[in-house]
Amino acid sequence: MSSTTTTEPVQTGKASLLYDPKIRGYVYQIALVAVVAFLIWSAASNAIENLRAQKIASGFGFWNNAAGFDINQKLIAFSSSAGTYGQAFLVGLLNTLLVASIGIVLATFLGFFVGVARLSSNWVVAKLAMIYVEVIRNIPLLLQLFFWYNAVLKPLPEPRNSIALPGAIFLNNRGIILPYPQFGEGFGIVVAAFLIGIVAAVVWFTWSRRQQAKTGKQYRNGLICTALILGLPLLAFLALGRPLSFDLPQQGRFNLTGGLQIFPEFVALLIGLVTYTAGFIAEVVRAGILAVSRGQSEAAHALGLRPGPTLKLVVIPQAMRVIIPPLTSNYLNLTKNSSLAVAIGYPDLVQVFMGTVLNQTGQAVEMVSITMAVYLTISLVTSFIMNIYNKRMALVER
Amino acid sequence: MTDATTENAPYAFVRRETLEAEPAPITVAGPIAWIRNNLFPTPLNAVLTLVCIAFVIWVTPGLVRFYILDAVWTGTGREACLADQVGRPVGACWAYIADRIPYFVYGSYPIDQRWRVNIVFALFFIGVVWMLWDRAPLKKVGAFFFFLLLPISAYVLLLGGANAEAFLGYLIILTLVLAAIYVVLSFVPSLARLWTSEGQLALEQSMPPWQRFHRPKRLILFALVLFGIVAILADQFGLPYVHTGLWGGMMVTFLVAAVGIVFSLPLGVLLALGRRSHLPAIQLLSVIFIEFVRGVPLITVLFMANTMLPLFVPQEYSPDRLLRPLIGVALFAAAYMAEVVRGGLQAIPKGQYEGAMSLGLGYGKMMRLIILPQALRIVIPGIVNTFIGLFKDTTLVMIVGIFDFLRTIEATLVDPTWATPTTRATGYAFAAVFYFICCWGMSRYSIAVEKRLAAGQKR
Repeated sequence: MSSTTTTEPVQTGKASLLYDPKIRGYVYQIALVAVVAFLIWSAASNAIENLRAQKIASGFGFWNNAAGFDINQKLIAFSSSAGTYGQAFLVGLLNTLLVASIGIVLATFLGFFVGVARLSSNWVVAKLAMIYVEVIRNIPLLLQLFFWYNAVLKPLPEPRNSIALPGAIFLNNRGIILPYPQFGEGFGIVVAAFLIGIVAAVVWFTWSRRQQAKTGKQYRNGLICTALILGLPLLAFLALGRPLSFDLPQQGRFNLTGGLQIFPEFVALLIGLVTYTAGFIAEVVRAGILAVSRGQSEAAHALGLRPGPTLKLVVIPQAMRVIIPPLTSNYLNLTKNSSLAVAIGYPDLVQVFMGTVLNQTGQAVEMVSITMAVYLTISLVTSFIMNIYNKRMALVER
Repeated sequence: MTDATTENAPYAFVRRETLEAEPAPITVAGPIAWIRNNLFPTPLNAVLTLVCIAFVIWVTPGLVRFYILDAVWTGTGREACLADQVGRPVGACWAYIADRIPYFVYGSYPIDQRWRVNIVFALFFIGVVWMLWDRAPLKKVGAFFFFLLLPISAYVLLLGGANAEAFLGYLIILTLVLAAIYVVLSFVPSLARLWTSEGQLALEQSMPPWQRFHRPKRLILFALVLFGIVAILADQFGLPYVHTGLWGGMMVTFLVAAVGIVFSLPLGVLLALGRRSHLPAIQLLSVIFIEFVRGVPLITVLFMANTMLPLFVPQEYSPDRLLRPLIGVALFAAAYMAEVVRGGLQAIPKGQYEGAMSLGLGYGKMMRLIILPQALRIVIPGIVNTFIGLFKDTTLVMIVGIFDFLRTIEATLVDPTWATPTTRATGYAFAAVFYFICCWGMSRYSIAVEKRLAAGQKR
């Protein structure tokens, strides 16, 4: 190889521009960008042509068109006569968020419970937890949803033979019927009292912590915070003369009247998502607890901490640091998996928008991109928030 | 003891041999101690144990009675599984599974053509064992078989028809041409100067002609034998065209899973390399693709493949109904695979990169010969876990109308021939057992590989 032509004095031994990594890099990148741009361009031009041939409108003009279909579970007012596609989108989005948020809370509890149970010194408890995790994790979620919906909830009796549970709760193949809370006048004050209680509890907690750090004096934080959070609204509730009544479901001849109906699709989806995700969260929790070295809890015992405080003050804070990143991705998985609702007919975003609205309008590009954008936003926002939390947890490390 | 005895013989008895150790007290070792320590160490634990045992006793007999003792094992129609017809309580209706198993395996694939599916199953099984069994010989040939020859043979065998047979013909011609080229090269190795390094060339020239270039020759011979067998089968029995609408059952489930792994692994490696590349445009495009796909549910990707893909290509090339979800699954799995592979790439110490570069290896050779072999080996458990997820996710293709295994189960449940109160429980149990065996087996494999890798690290 000759070393006569060198563009840069630092890099010697260049035969030609062909072997300059910088130039090569530019060539590769330009080639890749050109290929991607060509693909996008040809896809777009084909799409325009195909849409024209199939006489499908494009653009977002459909948004305010009348939907003409009804949705059984809705958190906002929606009817087949007055609802628009835009409102249908909102209904679906809220349903997705509803099942995802409730599911995340419940799955966290169940997952932590099972994860700790798997590490229990009690052989039976540990084995049962292991069987649960292995079975749940190795069977597709879709099959589990079918099981809950078709094999458990659908064979429940007809409304006229509803199973009555204590507390005026009825169970039948149209779902669970609960007493419907009716908020009387002044209930807003109770809610306000609850919020004030939370704020007061946080303020008290911060103050007492600071005080403890300064003087070493400990306060009964648990008791005082509970009193503030629960006691204040209770006082307000009693002082206002109990502004809350329940619309109890009544057993009629053929059907139940009144009450709050929770649809079987929602229940099946929720149970399926919670039990499935809990199996994964349990493994995350177990791994997190195992990641804390034994020396930590031994040292805590040596300092005289009893098992409870050891777990609370030493093991869990360190385990949380390991647990949180995978926990976040499990939360996101639960949210994304809620799209399986389409298989059992729960009106979530995918079912309403990618299913019904797409079938009615035929505007695939718009529907798919809107739906994907929603999930993408949820994913990005969640991981953003969790990253902040993660950073705060990590700061403790020295 | 008296004084006299102590004087005459200071010790009345001196033990000369060691005694056998006494068994430990039963409160410390043995089954009773085990039960005490593991089941009833504290009152709370005792209560927990009793509650759990009560739960097991409550659940197990019912399950055993339903699925085994009261189950119906033989029969030809729903009458066999109806309690009032049989005259006893009826549990699971396994007769229904036995009757419908061909449908669950092959879907509506024509009955006289199912031998083709069986051959593909056998090839697939060989490929899987070859790839997964760590002591299998000729791993590279195995990879070549699994990632290239198997998909081609499966395509030709399963689809059939004039197009597939013509395709096979072209492939055989291509392989023969390649074989001829290598035969010529063996005798005149200096022709290969353009693309073979000098060292390699010298090595080849030092060998007798028939042993030169034995690696590519081995692959070509293998491909030729396989294609030849397929061609002979096509010639003897004929491979009529089978429309993909007739495909179904486990065959489609395995097909989706196999397409997912075959395409997602190479694509994932490329994406992972792209994400760690120093070239900003390549890095950016890789990151956008990976994060986009990982941020959306698979169902939306499948819907996109199903509804938007036909729009993106000219009408005459509109992809087949089965091909669309396959593309979606492959792209989806590639993004997840990329993150797994990236983890492996990050775990390789910098010294390996620097060592490779100091030996004068370029980027391609460094990755191919030094980094990727190590990185891929340590992420085998991760790859298998991704694959387990992919295998469970194959069920989602039924939502876009593909008759996968779960969909065939659902389809038979509405069939009046086997409409009994227990059919659904039986079908779901069968599906659950099938998926559990596959996924659990894979996870056991991944754990075993993890242990083997850890053993190498320990020393």
